[in-house]
Amino acid sequence: MKKLNELTLKEAITGLKTRTFTSTDLVSACFDQIELHNESINAYLTLTKESALKQASEADRMISEKGEKAFDEKPLLGVPYACKDNFNVEGVEMTAASNILKGYISPYESTVTSKIKKAGAILLGKTNMDAFAHGSSGETSDFGPTKNPWNLDKVPGGSSSGSAAAVASDMCVFAIGSETAGSIRGPAAWTGIVGLKPTYGRVSRYGVVAMASSTDSPGPLTKTVEDAAIVLEIIAGKDALDATSSPLDIEQYSAYAKVNDLKGLRIGKPASYFSLDLEPGVRDHAEKSLDVLKSLGAEIIEMDLLDPKYSIAVYTILQRSEVSSNLARFDGIRYGHDRDAFGTEARKRMMLGAYALSAGYYDAYYSKAQKVRTLIVDDFNEAFKEVDLIFGPTMPCVALDLGESERSSMFGEMMDVLAEPSSIAGLPGISINSGFSNKMPVGVQLIGPQFSEGQIIKAASALFNKFSLGERKSVL
Amino acid sequence: MDSLTGPYKLVLGLEIHLHVKTKTKMFCGDDANIYNAEPNTHTCPVCLGLPGALPVPNFEAVKKTHLLGAALNCSLNKKSKFDRKHYFYPDLAKGYQISQYKEPLCGEGYLVLDSGQYAEVERIHLEEDTAKSFHEGNKTLIDFNKSGMPLIEIVTKPTFESIDDAVEFCKKIQDVIRYLGVGDGDMEKGQMRLEANISLRTKEMAEKDELPKYKVEIKNINSFKFMERAVKAEIKRQREILEKGAQPQQENRGFDEVKGVTVSQRDKEEAHDYRYFPEPDIPPMTFDEEYFVQILSQKTELPWERKARLIASGLSESTASVLSDGFNQKLYEKFEKLVESGEDAKKVGNLLVNKKEYAALSAAEIKTKLNEQVEVVSDENVLTEAVGRVLNANQDAVENYRKGKTNVLEFLVGQVMRETRGKADTNMVREMIKRNLT
Repeated sequence: MKKLNELTLKEAITGLKTRTFTSTDLVSACFDQIELHNESINAYLTLTKESALKQASEADRMISEKGEKAFDEKPLLGVPYACKDNFNVEGVEMTAASNILKGYISPYESTVTSKIKKAGAILLGKTNMDAFAHGSSGETSDFGPTKNPWNLDKVPGGSSSGSAAAVASDMCVFAIGSETAGSIRGPAAWTGIVGLKPTYGRVSRYGVVAMASSTDSPGPLTKTVEDAAIVLEIIAGKDALDATSSPLDIEQYSAYAKVNDLKGLRIGKPASYFSLDLEPGVRDHAEKSLDVLKSLGAEIIEMDLLDPKYSIAVYTILQRSEVSSNLARFDGIRYGHDRDAFGTEARKRMMLGAYALSAGYYDAYYSKAQKVRTLIVDDFNEAFKEVDLIFGPTMPCVALDLGESERSSMFGEMMDVLAEPSSIAGLPGISINSGFSNKMPVGVQLIGPQFSEGQIIKAASALFNKFSLGERKSVL
Repeated sequence: MDSLTGPYKLVLGLEIHLHVKTKTKMFCGDDANIYNAEPNTHTCPVCLGLPGALPVPNFEAVKKTHLLGAALNCSLNKKSKFDRKHYFYPDLAKGYQISQYKEPLCGEGYLVLDSGQYAEVERIHLEEDTAKSFHEGNKTLIDFNKSGMPLIEIVTKPTFESIDDAVEFCKKIQDVIRYLGVGDGDMEKGQMRLEANISLRTKEMAEKDELPKYKVEIKNINSFKFMERAVKAEIKRQREILEKGAQPQQENRGFDEVKGVTVSQRDKEEAHDYRYFPEPDIPPMTFDEEYFVQILSQKTELPWERKARLIASGLSESTASVLSDGFNQKLYEKFEKLVESGEDAKKVGNLLVNKKEYAALSAAEIKTKLNEQVEVVSDENVLTEAVGRVLNANQDAVENYRKGKTNVLEFLVGQVMRETRGKADTNMVREMIKRNLT
């Protein structure tokens, strides 16, 4: 039998509803696991144990008073979750894993955590990440790297490293992360869990420390596709505090997770993604996944997209530029630390970004990158006339050894090559585990047109359910 | 003027910053009525620039900028966007100011000066104000109430040839924004701030429409008098340099009021690279025809149009000036009400402008007063009767008067006034009493 902390979100809600266990049991089980493994994995930076247990007993009181009805208003009542440390949670320290924000207590609440709180979920703590989300390994954290629960000598991927590792090691029921280009999907792939990066604007960015404002997308990291859909239903929607959030109605995403027939769905297999230098195990699993999708009734269509190398160039310019601007507020006057506290990665990015935006260089870099971005968006728009979704591996290889990222300043861009085109175009994508290669998880992803979260959840869930990977458990 | 500029001609352009009168600040929900508030009481994560906070543009401010643009005959751009302007200063919370660079809300326009000359406007854009620093000893305190206040910037072309024209333009802008409800333009409260770009050129250059190769920007001008003095001092300085055959340096200068000279501000913001780029937190804006039609329909009568109309209806130039002044809008409203009720415009105008006691009354009170005067003056019978009654009742006084104590006359006049409840025309009463007693 599963331990409580191993439960999926769906199972946890059911158990709480039927009073098979209490929220206090569930929250305590998570903290027991955290106590056992956080020191070696370094997934959490801050724990909110006291308030979590208080909220759990409050949730238990509500459940015993109102029974199942308590869940009508609060669908996540009593469920513990972890949140990436770049989300403001009022009264809780928020560092974005950077020394320059060390000791900073958020005076206000992000929209995402506020919605989750309103839905009744309980925050266990804030998770480690690449400092300011600058990285794809989890190693640029100023508070030490997060380790991959499947092999502590490997990185978990980043930047949502702690959130992914916390889910993969059952130190929470679900977690929240944010993706600019690969920061949810990448670590989800490398830790064998589900990571959903919503359409840009589907989930409010208010209260999330900005990395690259024009691509940042908060999203869930979960144990199943259905869980991701349940969380998305809670956090999605127009926010009056985020001018870039979409007014489009949200859907009942979890309903899509219950469909197992993909008849009529056209799934594209882009040649430029499969012609990359992919690790053999990754390629095998991707090909096998396509066979499974076919067996579920989907039509696999050979197609092509622009070479992802263009996206790397565009993303590098735009992201560095926005980073240099977004970090300008840490001027050493407020927040208690001098600019010396900035890590190497942040400095590199600020300098490159400031250069790209300088008078005389703006047109050659930033302005040109924006034009190419439009071409990439057009390229996807054209592609989605022929196919409904696009399929590919999430990462070109399985999780790398610790220390690997420091050898290349473009490490992230190389690892995120399969996520960047869709991120630049603001498209939704989901990564699920398709099996193991060299004992490490292999992620595959589905990408769809803007606001097609329902469709990607449908296809990913059908595929996910077919894999029956059996013991998903890491080596802990 | 000539004596000041000597052989040269003045080339002057203005940058005018105006607080927009809105309920909330430019990009957040804070109350925008910050004047007289305790420091740091009108702040939130957005205007404090806290990590994670996002700006949401205030449409009321956008609309008011368009309204001003329409009044200044500016082209209203169908597409517009906000940009980030980066520089380092303690009162700039985010390290950048959200402003407009390449696509302002309003493009070129003009305003006609009294002389008939066109003062050309380059553009009008919308941005956020910064916080305010206070230096106390070796400490600097920052009040963030002003941070994120909606701020309109009007940029003129180097269109002014005299200080008077520039001052007239500023005063007209002040009137216009008050007419349109765009802002109050109170310079003492920092709601209107001026910057002047100044250079001198030869007559030959002026004839060829050639601009000098330099300009000096005078910053932080907070009154018209200050502007006049600062510009004069700067003209003198530039003229002296030019007369030596040199060329003034392009730079920012401030005005030292005590010494009466401008001083270089080389320490601040010199040769800045603002690294402008489109603000990614705010989607670009597009405005349709219907919206602009609505804006244009809200364009009310403008100050100079009102003044011309009042003069045409018989008012003197000075009375019309006072009544069309943006700061005297309440007075004008009374004037309008009284004229609408059938009173003579010229008479009411004179009364309101020249008689302080009337200006303080409401339109209805003035109306009553005017009617009362009409009633008494027209009815001599009423007065005759009242005078008769008073003289009969005050035989002692009558006798005293006849004995030569003429100072009782005013007593009798007062009695008549009492009898008529103050409505009587005192001069008439005085004459009637005299006639009766001689």
